[in-house]
Amino acid sequence: MTTRREFMVGAAGLTFTVLVDGCAAMRTEELRAGAALASAPAGGAKTVNAWASLAQDGTVYIVNPAVEMGQGSQTAIPLIIAEEMDADWSRVVIVPAAPDDKIYGNPGFRGLMYTAGSATVTGYWDVARTFGAQVRRVVMENAARKWDVPLAELSTEPSTVLHAKTGRRLSYGEIAAFAQVPAAAPTIRLEELKKPEQYRLIGKDVMRVELPTKVNGTAQYSIDVQLPGMLYGAVLRGPVEGTSPLTIDDAQARAVAGVVRIVPMAFGVGVIGETPWAAFDAKNALKVTWDRRARAFGHDSDEAIPVYSAAARDFNRAGKPWDTAGDARGAMQKAAKIYESEYVCDYSYHAQMEPLNSVASVSAAGDACEIWCGTQSQTMAVAAVAKALAIPVEKVKLNLTLLGGGFGRRGHRDEEFVVDSVLLSREVKRPVKVLWTREDDVHNGRFRPLSVHFLRAGLDSSGRIVAWQHRVACDEITAFQDPLRYKGGGEKDFLAMAGSELRTYDIPNRLSEQLPQETGIRTSSLRGIGFGPNKFATEAFLDEVAAKHGLDPVELRLQLLKNTPRGQAVIRAVVEMSDYRRKRPGRGLGFSFIDYSGTMVAAVAEVSVDKARGKVSVHDFWLALDPGIAVQPDNVVAQTESSIVYGLGLALTERIAIKDGAVQQSNILDYGVPRMHDIPELHIKLMSTPNRPTGAGQMATPIVAPAISSAVFAASGARVRHMPFLPERVLAAMA
Amino acid sequence: MIANQKGVDMAINFSVNGRPVSVNAPESTRLLWVLREELKLSGTKFGCGAGQCGACMVHIDGERMFSCLMPVAAAQGKAVTTIEGLSPGRMNALQRAWLAESVPQCGYCQSGQLMSAAALLAANPRPTRAEIKDHMSANVCRCGTYPRIVRAIERAVREG
Repeated sequence: MTTRREFMVGAAGLTFTVLVDGCAAMRTEELRAGAALASAPAGGAKTVNAWASLAQDGTVYIVNPAVEMGQGSQTAIPLIIAEEMDADWSRVVIVPAAPDDKIYGNPGFRGLMYTAGSATVTGYWDVARTFGAQVRRVVMENAARKWDVPLAELSTEPSTVLHAKTGRRLSYGEIAAFAQVPAAAPTIRLEELKKPEQYRLIGKDVMRVELPTKVNGTAQYSIDVQLPGMLYGAVLRGPVEGTSPLTIDDAQARAVAGVVRIVPMAFGVGVIGETPWAAFDAKNALKVTWDRRARAFGHDSDEAIPVYSAAARDFNRAGKPWDTAGDARGAMQKAAKIYESEYVCDYSYHAQMEPLNSVASVSAAGDACEIWCGTQSQTMAVAAVAKALAIPVEKVKLNLTLLGGGFGRRGHRDEEFVVDSVLLSREVKRPVKVLWTREDDVHNGRFRPLSVHFLRAGLDSSGRIVAWQHRVACDEITAFQDPLRYKGGGEKDFLAMAGSELRTYDIPNRLSEQLPQETGIRTSSLRGIGFGPNKFATEAFLDEVAAKHGLDPVELRLQLLKNTPRGQAVIRAVVEMSDYRRKRPGRGLGFSFIDYSGTMVAAVAEVSVDKARGKVSVHDFWLALDPGIAVQPDNVVAQTESSIVYGLGLALTERIAIKDGAVQQSNILDYGVPRMHDIPELHIKLMSTPNRPTGAGQMATPIVAPAISSAVFAASGARVRHMPFLPERVLAAMA
Repeated sequence: MIANQKGVDMAINFSVNGRPVSVNAPESTRLLWVLREELKLSGTKFGCGAGQCGACMVHIDGERMFSCLMPVAAAQGKAVTTIEGLSPGRMNALQRAWLAESVPQCGYCQSGQLMSAAALLAANPRPTRAEIKDHMSANVCRCGTYPRIVRAIERAVREG
């Protein structure tokens, strides 16, 4: 750590420090001359409180508060700051933020450092732009004083202040050498920020900063960390959450060469070895029996479906309301025609490519700890480690690495895969790298829940949908994943229920509600959160209503979106792209629309169905989306491709089955992750509009299943209502 | 040096990226872990441990191989190439194409993807799109970069 004195003595530029007060406006606590990090490595520990530094050599250091898991936030947030700073992007060095919610928290997550939900660009959008503009203003004010000219006569080019009247120029680096910094940061109103047509960086596509390291093997993930004296750990967890070992027979495990320690734990048994294979072999040699008291024992995913279904269909059972408008029950009773249907989604698994792992080094006295991990929340990881060791958070040093995929798996409040290495390192007081095998990653998985959706639509005599009910019976997610947010958010299970709201659709009376099923199964947010299951149910059901009532599915959506021109625009675009009205022999087209937190998405899938085997083949997939301003347009397209491929796997093949509480799948193959030969031709149209960015990382995932379900109906006349659409389910639907 | 499980010092000799190496490890130890943890070549990734995802793909005497399945003893006398040795010091046509098409997202599978693609082009310098898809389906990318991988391989063929 650099001390304040070192800051002053080493003064070589400007450091700007700003505190973010919750999700509201910014407040400057400190803004003073200090050491720029001219030679600081990306470790960034010296910049504890700073968002940006200008060095005299022209280097611009910008702090990145987000984690990088392939979605591009590590580049996008600094790019937004650089845009308003008018910094020369080629001189920008990105520094990871220290784990401190008060400074770096995402306003979109109530000030938590949490990279998830496609909410990074949208969450930091105002904060990042405002801060960048404040830095630019201070730099310009200094130039104005130096030249003794009015501020209004100055303008900027990348990393340069200009005085057009006299042709004088000063680089930001030159200004850093003499600049004085005001005690309070200048006030920047949102109206003073750049207009989209003034952008030099936003909307122009720069290469993601870490990309070159990802083609030559040098990208560093936590699994790649090497430390002197490091040992290897493996953990045998119980088959269900909350169980503990009853008996441990470790005789064979101890006999494995290279085993250092067997560690009984509350939730399992840890093994520490000199090599990864010693740890794996010893773990596999353990014989453990488990306490049967945990809730999840006895849970069977197939047998649970009728139980969930009964709950969803029993209107005498009150649910936890999520989306309410008008009087759904009353309007349903008065409806001229009521349609109803049921949809089911199996448990599903993240399958991030990097199996969970972490490295920890606990001090000899057990009073401090250093960790290396790929987490979706830097501050959650630090807090979980501090709690596990009963030490202050200040005693935990985080080394954040790249994440080999996240998809919602790495942002649980307990950060159990990080704590694993901490608990084992504490035993031996040496660095320990804990590796989960893929089988561990599946068996200890935390899943998108099993859900049964019962829906009703009430139409008036003109054919307009006037009443809507959507009852979701599913395992709870939020209470398990993040008890703090659950309690702080009115005990709403938003991770499960998000997407069941239909605010954009012109349906006056609506009620969506949850019938929480207490199963004890480990659950999690998963790419698209509740939008995945809920949009499958609602959009496929709308297609069903349209077919049964003789309505055109596209016209129905256009009517429902009569007050949402941006929604209509993506629909018209995808209809044109896909030549939707053209009949194709042997093929079926399915259409779907979603409004995902303001990002408008419309899609058409073209499928064929092997009627003998029940196999669904998706040949083409067209998608149009309007995410508002696209900070990195090609990256938005890449994220959309990614979202579609992810959605294809969930729709067609991916399934976790549970027997007696235990996961039946164990690896990539039996879970069913899509491969290159499974992927249709993708046709994506990005329709950026000069609106606030509303997210792009997962917006297409939920639209895939309903589009395919509707396409299967068009191709075969069969309605597949149980995701994934396994061949036996397609055959059953056709029978 | 890693102790042999049986306590017998049985050196296994092979080359990695043109450099001779000698390792002591239980014969059944998978080459992947020797590369990563003993030889500190961490570009080759652990994804499934079962030959199902291809994150661990290396070349053995020029042919692609799942290093998570291959016992280190089977490498005796062979030439192993990892991502670090694919084109040392400069990027080859595939790596350039990978950047031009912005292929990687999380990036974790991409070493394996590149090693698979390089083996394909070594054997078949002008593959059809169907041949690309068939060959590359040994590798999984959970971020779904498949369309860009196809484009990047075709670009590498085109631009050489």
